[in-house]
Amino acid sequence: MSHHIIQANNLKYKYPDGRQALNGVAFRITHGESVGIVGANGAGKSTLLMHLAGVLFPDEGEIRIGDVPVTKKTLPLIRQRVGMVFQDPDDQLFMTTVYDDVAFGPRNYKLPEEEVEKRVISSLNTVGILHLKDRPPYKLSGGEKRAAAIATVLAMNPDILVMDEPTSSLDPKSRRRLIRLLQSFTHTKIIATHDLDMVFELCERTIVLKDGRVITDGPTEKILCDAELMEECGLELPLGLQGCPVCGTKKPI
Amino acid sequence: MSNPAESLYNIRILDEFADKKSIIHDVHPLMKVLTTGAYLLVTVSFSNYELSGMLPLIFYPVIIMTLADIPMVPVFKRVLLALPLIIGIGLFNPIYDKSPMLVLPWITISGGWVSFFAILIKGFLTILAALILIATTGMTRIASALRTIRIPGVFIIQLLLTYRYIAVLVEEAGRVVRAYSLRSAGEKGIKFRDWGSLTGHLLIRSIERAQRVYRSMCCRGFTGEYHTGREKGIGIGDILYFAGWSLSFVIIRYFNIPEMIGWVMMGVRR
Repeated sequence: MSHHIIQANNLKYKYPDGRQALNGVAFRITHGESVGIVGANGAGKSTLLMHLAGVLFPDEGEIRIGDVPVTKKTLPLIRQRVGMVFQDPDDQLFMTTVYDDVAFGPRNYKLPEEEVEKRVISSLNTVGILHLKDRPPYKLSGGEKRAAAIATVLAMNPDILVMDEPTSSLDPKSRRRLIRLLQSFTHTKIIATHDLDMVFELCERTIVLKDGRVITDGPTEKILCDAELMEECGLELPLGLQGCPVCGTKKPI
Repeated sequence: MSNPAESLYNIRILDEFADKKSIIHDVHPLMKVLTTGAYLLVTVSFSNYELSGMLPLIFYPVIIMTLADIPMVPVFKRVLLALPLIIGIGLFNPIYDKSPMLVLPWITISGGWVSFFAILIKGFLTILAALILIATTGMTRIASALRTIRIPGVFIIQLLLTYRYIAVLVEEAGRVVRAYSLRSAGEKGIKFRDWGSLTGHLLIRSIERAQRVYRSMCCRGFTGEYHTGREKGIGIGDILYFAGWSLSFVIIRYFNIPEMIGWVMMGVRR
């Protein structure tokens, strides 16, 4: 399964305005891993994800998905393997019906219409919104939009799911439903988020970014429970690990 | 504009009409595009003084809208948006062309006024026909129809992305205006001195948003072509649709039907 390995070597990227967003990021993610990428605002999380999906290209260093380096030439292949769920589902849903939106990716790969339909129905079924297939996406609720955005990516049959803030602006129930859904996926998952509780539940490994560098990379339990490290990186302990807001007692770790 | 959700709904209403099912919606998009093209050609080919001859052209939009079950009011409202532009084009005709065209016992109508109304009607009909095409076909299917007649892909992408980004622009404008009105202490409208910064801000926001949308399209394998899937081939009915309408347009162009009806009514024979 070497083609599922994601290898980043010394990634450096500077935005046109001069801000150094990535400053030597390196890691290796193997098949089936769930990895949380956390860090304060501006730490470089979203920029890193864009590199993984081949939306941005590094000034220095390289990313390899399996044996294939992410370059302009390899993009069609990379984009079939890496599915990216954007932070704002409204950016991802632009057709007139949910069905057409989910079919957009498979149709771009010129699959026969029967296969497209099969994939659309199965992706919508997976995220539980098959009944919304004929609705215009802009009339859906936040949670439904998020589910539709994930379905658009699933329909491409990616090996690797890359998500930017998947739980942002979701109500608690939708968030819980999404976490359960993501738990059921067997894909390699890379999730950039501020929702540390979700990382705790979903990802066995966490990479902490600060100022475009990897500060630490290791088992989630060890990293997210390290209050000092969290504080240093502009984060805090997951709410689930903090004391009870009523009586103040600390939870045993 | 003050209510972004409403303006967005309004801008997308044509797309919703396009998803309806009707005998007109079922016609192959290419035939509808060609029919609309023929209609536009015939409409603009009337000279600015042939006011009565072009009146039967109104039947085409009325019949299509009725058969396709498209409500008239929202579509007419959209045509009205373009009306100031048309009025601007014909505005000076009544001033410069004062030669009498129609002399009635109580009023003399100058050629300028006739040509002004002709421009108004032509503008109204052509915009209406274009909107009806979108409302019965949908932009993506129109694009695929244009692709089949080998219109270069780059033009089609321009068309599709422009259409797509109007919604993005309206959405962003709605947010900017809402944020402005919440802090403008009950004043109506936007102060002139704030226009510059607001439009600049709007431009930057829209570009950023458009970039994100484009990126998400690229991430799903978009390479410059929209594929709409499930498009059936051109049938005999589709060809008859185009041929029938084209023939009626030609008849309307070469025979002044209202005038002929007038002769019949008044029992005048040539």
